[in-house]
Amino acid sequence: MNKPLRRISLFCGLLVLALLIRTNWLQYVQAEELSTRKENRRVQIAQYATERGNIIVQGQPITGSAVTDGSDYKFKRTYLDGPLWAPVTGYASQAFGSTQLESLDDGILTGNDDRLFFDRTIGMFTGEKKQGGNVVTTLNAAAQKAAYEKLGTKKGAVAAIDPRTGAILALVSTPSYDPSTFAGNSKTDEKAWVALKDSEDKNLVNRALRETYPPGSTFKVVTAAAALENGVVSDINAPTDTPEPYILPGTKTPMVNHASGCEKATLNFALQVSCNSVFANMGDKVGRDKMVETAQKFGFNNDKIDIPVRAFASVYDKTMGKDGNAQSSIGQFNTAATPLQMAMVTAAIANDGKLMKPYMVEQLTAPNLDTIEKHEPQEMSRPVSPANAQKIQQMMVNVVENGTGTTAKIKGVTVGGKTGTAQHGEKNAKRPYAWFISYAENPDGTSPVAVAVVIEDSAADREDITGGGLAAPVAKAVMEAVLKNKG
Amino acid sequence: MSVVTNTTTIGAIEAPSRRNTELLLLAFAVVIPIFAYANVGLAIHGELPPGMFLYGLGFAVLAGIGHLVVRRYAKYADPLLLPIATLLNGLGVVLIWRLDQSERLQNLAKRSFGTFSESAPRQMMYTGLALALFAVVLLVLKDHRVLQRFTYISMAGALILLILPVVPGLGADVFGAKIWISVGGFSIQPGEFAKIVIAIFFAGYLMVKRDALALASRRFMGLYLPRGRDLGPILMIWAVSLLVLVFENDLGTSLLFFGMFVIMLYVATERTSWIVIGLLMSVGGAVVVGTFASHVKVRVTAWLDPFACYSTSGACEQVGQSIMSFGSGGVLGTGWGQGNSDLIGFAANSDFIFSTVGEELGLTGVMAFLLLYGLIIERGVRTALAARDPFGKLFAVGLSGAFALQIFVVAGGVMGLIPLTGMTMPFLASGGSSVLANWVLIAILIRISDTARRPAPAPAPSPDSEMTQVVRPS
Repeated sequence: MNKPLRRISLFCGLLVLALLIRTNWLQYVQAEELSTRKENRRVQIAQYATERGNIIVQGQPITGSAVTDGSDYKFKRTYLDGPLWAPVTGYASQAFGSTQLESLDDGILTGNDDRLFFDRTIGMFTGEKKQGGNVVTTLNAAAQKAAYEKLGTKKGAVAAIDPRTGAILALVSTPSYDPSTFAGNSKTDEKAWVALKDSEDKNLVNRALRETYPPGSTFKVVTAAAALENGVVSDINAPTDTPEPYILPGTKTPMVNHASGCEKATLNFALQVSCNSVFANMGDKVGRDKMVETAQKFGFNNDKIDIPVRAFASVYDKTMGKDGNAQSSIGQFNTAATPLQMAMVTAAIANDGKLMKPYMVEQLTAPNLDTIEKHEPQEMSRPVSPANAQKIQQMMVNVVENGTGTTAKIKGVTVGGKTGTAQHGEKNAKRPYAWFISYAENPDGTSPVAVAVVIEDSAADREDITGGGLAAPVAKAVMEAVLKNKG
Repeated sequence: MSVVTNTTTIGAIEAPSRRNTELLLLAFAVVIPIFAYANVGLAIHGELPPGMFLYGLGFAVLAGIGHLVVRRYAKYADPLLLPIATLLNGLGVVLIWRLDQSERLQNLAKRSFGTFSESAPRQMMYTGLALALFAVVLLVLKDHRVLQRFTYISMAGALILLILPVVPGLGADVFGAKIWISVGGFSIQPGEFAKIVIAIFFAGYLMVKRDALALASRRFMGLYLPRGRDLGPILMIWAVSLLVLVFENDLGTSLLFFGMFVIMLYVATERTSWIVIGLLMSVGGAVVVGTFASHVKVRVTAWLDPFACYSTSGACEQVGQSIMSFGSGGVLGTGWGQGNSDLIGFAANSDFIFSTVGEELGLTGVMAFLLLYGLIIERGVRTALAARDPFGKLFAVGLSGAFALQIFVVAGGVMGLIPLTGMTMPFLASGGSSVLANWVLIAILIRISDTARRPAPAPAPSPDSEMTQVVRPS
């Protein structure tokens, strides 16, 4: 009977071997995948096992941690002025995941990041509890508050950038939400979450980064830049050859002007009163491909604008026909931009043609406040030459001084801007979007702030929704706040 | 000149009894769980657990008694079986105690039953009982061949044990499987004991019938096929297994019995054809039952892709939680008391206790446990090889084979290698029946190995060699 016994012995060995192979598969090969699955609650449990680090604005934390009495999670995220800062922080919820900085810098905030390995190891010996690091942002509290308060109950977004560095000063989206309300995992948290998730106003959407709007007339700045850069226009005060009415190329449709005096108008005057025909004409002369090239230098069609939260790509269509290109040149048709994108356009012009990479995390610090990572301002591209940038600045200042943007005037400060009223919806039936982009200048000619404001269909009358009327005062408040805070 | 030559046959050199090896190993088997216990206490509460030395001492006394009994009554027994079983049992109690400390499981128990009671003290009590039973078996069962007499009584006993859970008023339905009976507040799993009893029957029966089963056969396509009437017993066992599966919803027990029978049949007859027939029958049975029994179908779905149905089916969630537990443990594990294997919820300290090993001790710990089980199995098969009588051989291989199958079915189930079945990990899982039955199993293997390794009695001195004088011509 010994021969079959030996075989049985082999068979039993194989059974055990199969188990050994399986456990290697589970615990070595698949370990990473299994331990980070979305079904795996250990991820959240670890996230909230220690006091979370904070997100910091101008030295003040805008987040906090509170002890909870649940058995799964020891701490819960809290927010100071949640609705104000939600577009910056995102949320960190025990039950509903996390977004934006809370998610991207989770490793630093929880203290699990590899770069904190040394701190953790030391903590292991000294018996100190694991702590999270901090995320120091570039935001300007005064500018953020000014924008949020000025937007008030209107639906819209504001993005403000320091053109010299690319540092983001304000990032506001309304209506906002308070991430504290669903940070836990109780029934009330769930209710708050469901209400926000399904809300008609799309509270959870970060409109400054994650919503694209037709930029309307504010896009004329880009068209002007393309015309100047490609030699279509060299003197902004020389008359163009724009007929009245201007017929869209390849069609019989005339381009409607809301301003008068657009026939053969100069580029400067055309921007001042926002002539559609002139800019459609210029865009057509520059041609689609060159328009695309300039727009892309400003950041359009780039789906990797990470600040570090990723913004949606703004669009300038690469394949449309001539008529589409002409309409796109005045920011209609397929053209769409995020508020951040239009702030970047303004910042590039204000910074004499040099576009700095936008960012909102100044540095990541360890629990002991050592710097782990520091952002150095980086140049992203040069969409226009300094000479042409200054020409556009002249035109934009003219808009604020004498044109559609007078409501943004600040006493004693040079301000350049451009209004926009973008139509949208089927046959333009929906309420238009009101846009305003602007920058303010220091006495030395550098610019500390460029801002883009968009206001969605507000309750105001259709006629009132113009960039100058609705959006410009918001931009003005933001610029004033920045100027007052650091001059 | 006369040379005195001693022509007496040299008696066999006294084989080493290996008892001291066993004692040394046993010391490790006692110390390791005590350290594990201290580790859990420090990790969870930041202090050494209460009564650590008392528990340690109690555990050492139990192991010591086990050792003394073996030393006295089974001197030549295999030296590995007792220490490994002790180690596994000790670590099992620590694992159960660790899960007792889980707030999550305490709340779960309070929500579902209104109260929470610790399982570790009970498990410790059963361990004491089990070692007592272990001693009794070794004391009473001086020779395993005695059990041959009970061949047919064993069959009846096994059948009764298997049927008990479906007897109305006695059986209890726990999570869909009817493998429990409750008597006076105690839950007993008769299947665990049936495993041993039925091995007696198989061994006794096959020992008698092996020649008929092996020789009277026809050759067909390279296989020796048994005669129709010899197929009777295997068909009956197959039918009983299927009935167990259908009426008790217990895939594990059913597989275990049938597998054990096929293994023993193969060893008894040395005919590969039995393996083929057995495999065909079990696959056939599994397919038929798998298609019709919803309970089994759910388990199979959960096995195929636990995350596809994770939020909709409890079975999928269990399997998913279990394999996430293993995955989260990684190579080195989180350490005693620092994992979250209690997320599995129900049955975390019984059917799913191996997931806690996976998470807290990691790949390293799981491999160590599997190798310990592997050692028990291989020592069992080694005992069968060394046994001198066919009954002992069959009995030992039956028990070892069943043990191997049980490990495979349970560990494979919680690791998602095969569909999950409701069985318990020997020595680790919380549950009195399992501990008692497995200690009896170890006692029997020790008895058989003792008989096998015991040196043959020295031959009676030959009178001739004493009396006859060699007469040499001088």
